[in-house]
Amino acid sequence: MNIKTNETLDAKGLACPMPIVKTKKTMKNLENGQVLKIEATDKGSTADMKAWAEKTGHQYLGTTEENDVLSHYIRKDGNEDSQEKKHPQVVDNETVQSLDKDSVILDVRESAEYAFDHIPGAKSIPLGELDERISEIDGTKNIYVICRTGSRSDMAAQKLAAKGYEHVYNVVPGMSGWSGETTKSE
Amino acid sequence: MTVNPMTAQQVTQKIVNNEPLFILDVRNEDAFQDWKIEGKKVTYLNIPYFDLLDGVEEILDQLPADREILVVCAKEGSSVMVAEMLSEEGKDVFYLQGGMKSWSEYLEPVKVADLNNGGELFQFVRIGKGCLSYMVVSNGEAAIIDATRMIDIYTSFAEGKGAKIIHAFDTHLHADHISGGRKLARQTGAAYWLPPKDAGEVTYSYVPLEDNEIVKVGNEEIIIHALYTPGHTIGSTSFVIDDQYLLSGDILFIDSIGRPDLAGKAEDWVQDLRETLYSRYKELSENLIVLPAHFMSMDELNSDGTIAAKLGTLISNNHGLNVKNDAEFRRIVTENLPPQPNAYQEIRKTNMGIISPDEEQQREMEIGPNRCAVR
Repeated sequence: MNIKTNETLDAKGLACPMPIVKTKKTMKNLENGQVLKIEATDKGSTADMKAWAEKTGHQYLGTTEENDVLSHYIRKDGNEDSQEKKHPQVVDNETVQSLDKDSVILDVRESAEYAFDHIPGAKSIPLGELDERISEIDGTKNIYVICRTGSRSDMAAQKLAAKGYEHVYNVVPGMSGWSGETTKSE
Repeated sequence: MTVNPMTAQQVTQKIVNNEPLFILDVRNEDAFQDWKIEGKKVTYLNIPYFDLLDGVEEILDQLPADREILVVCAKEGSSVMVAEMLSEEGKDVFYLQGGMKSWSEYLEPVKVADLNNGGELFQFVRIGKGCLSYMVVSNGEAAIIDATRMIDIYTSFAEGKGAKIIHAFDTHLHADHISGGRKLARQTGAAYWLPPKDAGEVTYSYVPLEDNEIVKVGNEEIIIHALYTPGHTIGSTSFVIDDQYLLSGDILFIDSIGRPDLAGKAEDWVQDLRETLYSRYKELSENLIVLPAHFMSMDELNSDGTIAAKLGTLISNNHGLNVKNDAEFRRIVTENLPPQPNAYQEIRKTNMGIISPDEEQQREMEIGPNRCAVR
């Protein structure tokens, strides 16, 4: 699994409580919406990261394990819900459950969010990379833009519309309310 | 003010003596809900350590002034941190040395009785996990039943008694904890006994424990009489020691009975369990003292620290021995089951010798309560 992150914290060899103490400190330096990778060897850190993130409003994305090193991925809270949505074409999650072959799902969440949990076949272009990668999107298709809550996808949908894409739909609420099938990246 | 360690042994003493103790458990809520230190006079506050990183002021008024305060976490580190913060705020506090890891591994040896021919019977109470193991000592020889993996405790105890461990028995293939029987046998040269019907998939050699087998320890009068009692597992075996003590393994507990589902065969084994409990056990003398392989609650602890009761008492009081019809019994032991023990399939494989996790992994596998019973 290849996951892009904004910062990596080395907490290997540290025992509880230090992985959380350091994570809390490092998290302060990140901007909202950025993703922190924490490498740790303390087995108990997985449950604690998860519980700590939930309590503090951060988004726990998942943990991978390789050679006894745990990599935890946490996204700093974005407070996205408070933003006003502007893109006019909005669809609900159910619409995305049954799409034809002329449609694409564009997932604009961070690569770490996508890696742990996404709709099979969805294309990943994080919002921050959309400007430079916009040519990867086929303008002849119906484009269903999805994120966690509908806010980043709203911004992405506006960008696409401004660039002349005609059939762009913002999926609300998005992955936070998704009950259909999902998959992980290899 | 002061911060002092409290050992698992000291905590055990307080629980056995019913002394009041206030526990500030700083593990996360799920871990606390799943498994904690229990005692009749223990009161709790559960606040995860990561909620206290910015200070402990907010919880100060929730801490009692009239009893000792023990801060508990998984491995000690976080409890020391929180204890030091409390101390800076003027509190005298203790932290649990080695955390819940030590609590899970601590064994308290308690003497059950002097046997008729000069021998002694001890119960080793693994208080944090509710596992019970036993040692029979007589005339320079010792036998251990249902040993935990902390075998040093048995070897040094036997050494203190001037006894050589010659037999290690498992009443059945355990699913809730890793047996120390094989390791003990390897280290001391003792014979390792296992019921052959539970040993179908094991990868090592063992001495088969058959029904009506009689094994002598020390003076020849102290005999261990194996009694085939299937139900929790198909091979489950009970022992009668010195015609007075019934070691019931995971078949019969003080306030509950063994669950038949941990090898995935609940439906098949229900009838065996029923027959063992309602026919085979009821033919035995009601004066036998039942010594089980587990306990579920501190209420089962006698005032001398043992977990033991007369068979006759259990026949009248234990709900699991008083279910009148077969269908109701079947329903209780197949439908009404608590969650399965943590990592029970891996534990079974470890006890079969199929996998060989290292010590740290074994520790992780055993986290949590034993959950071998159904009430």
